[in-house]
Amino acid sequence: MTLGSFVVRNTFRNKRRSLLTMISISFSLLLLTLMICIWRSFYVDQVAPEASRRLIIRDKVSLAFFLPAYYRDKIRSVPGITAVVPMTWFQGRYIDDRPEHFFGRAATDPDEYLKVASDKIVPPDQLKAWQQDRAGALVDVTLVNRYGWKIGDRIHIQGTIFPVDLDLTIRAIYHRDPPQNALYFNTKYMEEAWPWFKGQAMWYGAQVDSPDHVASAAKQIDDMFRNSPLPTRTESEKAFLLGFVASLGNVKAFILGICGAVAFAIMLVSANTMAMSVRSRTREVAVLKTLGFTRNRVLSIFVSESIALSVAGGVLGILVAIPVIAGMTHRFLGLGIPLDMKVTVPTAGLSLLAALFLGIVSGSLPAYRASRMGIVDGLRHIG
Amino acid sequence: MAIPISYNVRNLKLRKGLTIMTALGIALTVTTTIFLMALLAGLNRAFVSSGSPLNVLVLRKGSESELTGGFDATLFPTLKTLPGIAKDSHGEPMASGEWDVVIVLPRKDGTGEVNVTVRGMMPDGLEMRMLPGAENRPSVKLVEGRWFQTGQREVVVSKSIRARFSHANIGDSMEFGKGSWKVVGVFDAGGSAYESEIWGDVNQMASDFDRQGGYSSAYVRATDPIAADALTKRVSDDQRLKLDGVLETDYYAKQTSSGTPIKYIGMVVAVIMAIGSIFAAMNTMYAAVAYRGREIATLRVIGFSRPAILTCFVLESLLLALLGALVGIALMLPFNGMQTGTSNQVTFSEVVFALRITWAVAGYAILFALVMGFVGGLAPAWHAARQNILNALRS
Repeated sequence: MTLGSFVVRNTFRNKRRSLLTMISISFSLLLLTLMICIWRSFYVDQVAPEASRRLIIRDKVSLAFFLPAYYRDKIRSVPGITAVVPMTWFQGRYIDDRPEHFFGRAATDPDEYLKVASDKIVPPDQLKAWQQDRAGALVDVTLVNRYGWKIGDRIHIQGTIFPVDLDLTIRAIYHRDPPQNALYFNTKYMEEAWPWFKGQAMWYGAQVDSPDHVASAAKQIDDMFRNSPLPTRTESEKAFLLGFVASLGNVKAFILGICGAVAFAIMLVSANTMAMSVRSRTREVAVLKTLGFTRNRVLSIFVSESIALSVAGGVLGILVAIPVIAGMTHRFLGLGIPLDMKVTVPTAGLSLLAALFLGIVSGSLPAYRASRMGIVDGLRHIG
Repeated sequence: MAIPISYNVRNLKLRKGLTIMTALGIALTVTTTIFLMALLAGLNRAFVSSGSPLNVLVLRKGSESELTGGFDATLFPTLKTLPGIAKDSHGEPMASGEWDVVIVLPRKDGTGEVNVTVRGMMPDGLEMRMLPGAENRPSVKLVEGRWFQTGQREVVVSKSIRARFSHANIGDSMEFGKGSWKVVGVFDAGGSAYESEIWGDVNQMASDFDRQGGYSSAYVRATDPIAADALTKRVSDDQRLKLDGVLETDYYAKQTSSGTPIKYIGMVVAVIMAIGSIFAAMNTMYAAVAYRGREIATLRVIGFSRPAILTCFVLESLLLALLGALVGIALMLPFNGMQTGTSNQVTFSEVVFALRITWAVAGYAILFALVMGFVGGLAPAWHAARQNILNALRS
């Protein structure tokens, strides 16, 4: 009998205990994977190449101050900028305030919008229909599925930020990976309904021809408006979203705190199980030693058991995490949090590594105790 | 007859290591849950304790927040003539036209920039907020320096703004709008939503942000609660105004929705951790039952019934969970009162609040732990009660 099969047999000797430990560890690792995913989506993952070339230009002080229309042409004149569109977050209310009726709604210029949002795919005939209908809307395919919409449907959105109600007709549907759950309509429609708004935009979105020019273009735009009545603040879309995340609170400390608690909990559970396992096998350990097994051998047997348990729990946890995280991404979009999470290979790898590490740490102490036990005491042990 | 609870206590003591580790596992789950609940409790308190039931907030029709309001200044004199408005110290109707803007300030600890609400107000606005509030609703008090003066580029900041941002001490200059503003005073808003604001003169603010000739909102003070209700209706129904009146307290109560992301994430985290803990507790209880096979059989022989055995082990599991809950609460207590901030989903500015471990939070935490203990202990206890006496005695 090899050491490997000996360990496997011993691990599953008490099936119920092993199973309970594994499930317990798997839930902790599910949470750990989830936290790593959130962390990565905020701070590590690079956005799509198209998005990294996208700039957001807004008023330096606040989104509450609108930028005038002539800024658009001035921004366009900056070298490297290929397209500029006005954007206004309309929000409003679709049916009621319940979260399931929440999705992004923004006004923009249909003629140029897809040059900036180049990651959205729209059939050419639909795009044309949207551009031709001033009261037309472009919607995410996930929204179409969620509400059972189809092209030509009319939807009513009540204004909240703006004193305008929208009666839009769905003219085009876009696909984007990951989905973004938003609706876009023509900014001219808003201007007609509310003349005060004419010639303004909450922010401008701009596309830069290459990632190398992003930083220089951003600086040039801000420099250009530095001494105007409304100085601007230009940043990449990613930086803009990170600012939004930061506004939710100290997210980093929050995630690290939960990860710490989870890791510690796994250690306790797994150490507990190993302690129980060692205890019930006190006499066996003594027999092993009598047979000539060295201390290190005994130590490695128990540590291996602990690793086997926590890694098995880890694999289970990661497998469960995949659908859970997919579901959460969908739900988060509903809450208006821009989050794009996936269990990637590095994330899964990191979780497994954590499981391995925790298995070693939690197994060490009980295993050390077992290896140090005196043979005579062990043989005399009753239990 | 029931088995005395001292039997369980002694058993938990006997297996110290096992007990402590399982209890700690439950404690960690409880700690995380308490932390999230305390966040929500603090946030709710910030909103629920904000405003006065006598203050009526006036907004443009259809607008939902002060930030997105905005109406013509010529409406303000008409508004002041409405009946039911209390008199200020000069004998005039107590009303304040205000400008709310959101500005970006860098955090003192360098962890990024935050949206902060700057409020321009009339002298009546200050007077109104310093009047004694209703129960649990603190009024605003000046704690240092003096109030800003009309016509001057001066601001007063709340205590927590001073603590969280640089350049917010008395004598410092803050840069926003078209130039610098001198900080002349610090006020204490008792943990309400005003605690996240900077106040100055409305006309100075409006000219800095090119918003002359209008207000983003107005506040009027009613003489009594009945007049306040009547006043909100009068404002909303007046055809000349095209404005909406809402009680200030109702306005803030609606903003508790800002806690939704925390609530949602908190629930997911708590549920996942709880399931993990339940399995851990089950493990411990199964072990406890397994070790005591002969003991349980002996108890049965003496005459204790199956339900008594079942109750006994469920009780033991509950005790274990209770211990975990108490440890968890003790671990979290040092964080009580810690200040933090999140994004207000109505005004998009940061709202500052303190973590609050209330009795309700502690109560829920204990209940949560007991549920974990009960679910985790039920199956092992059932197993214990169903054991075959003869086999168990022989083992």
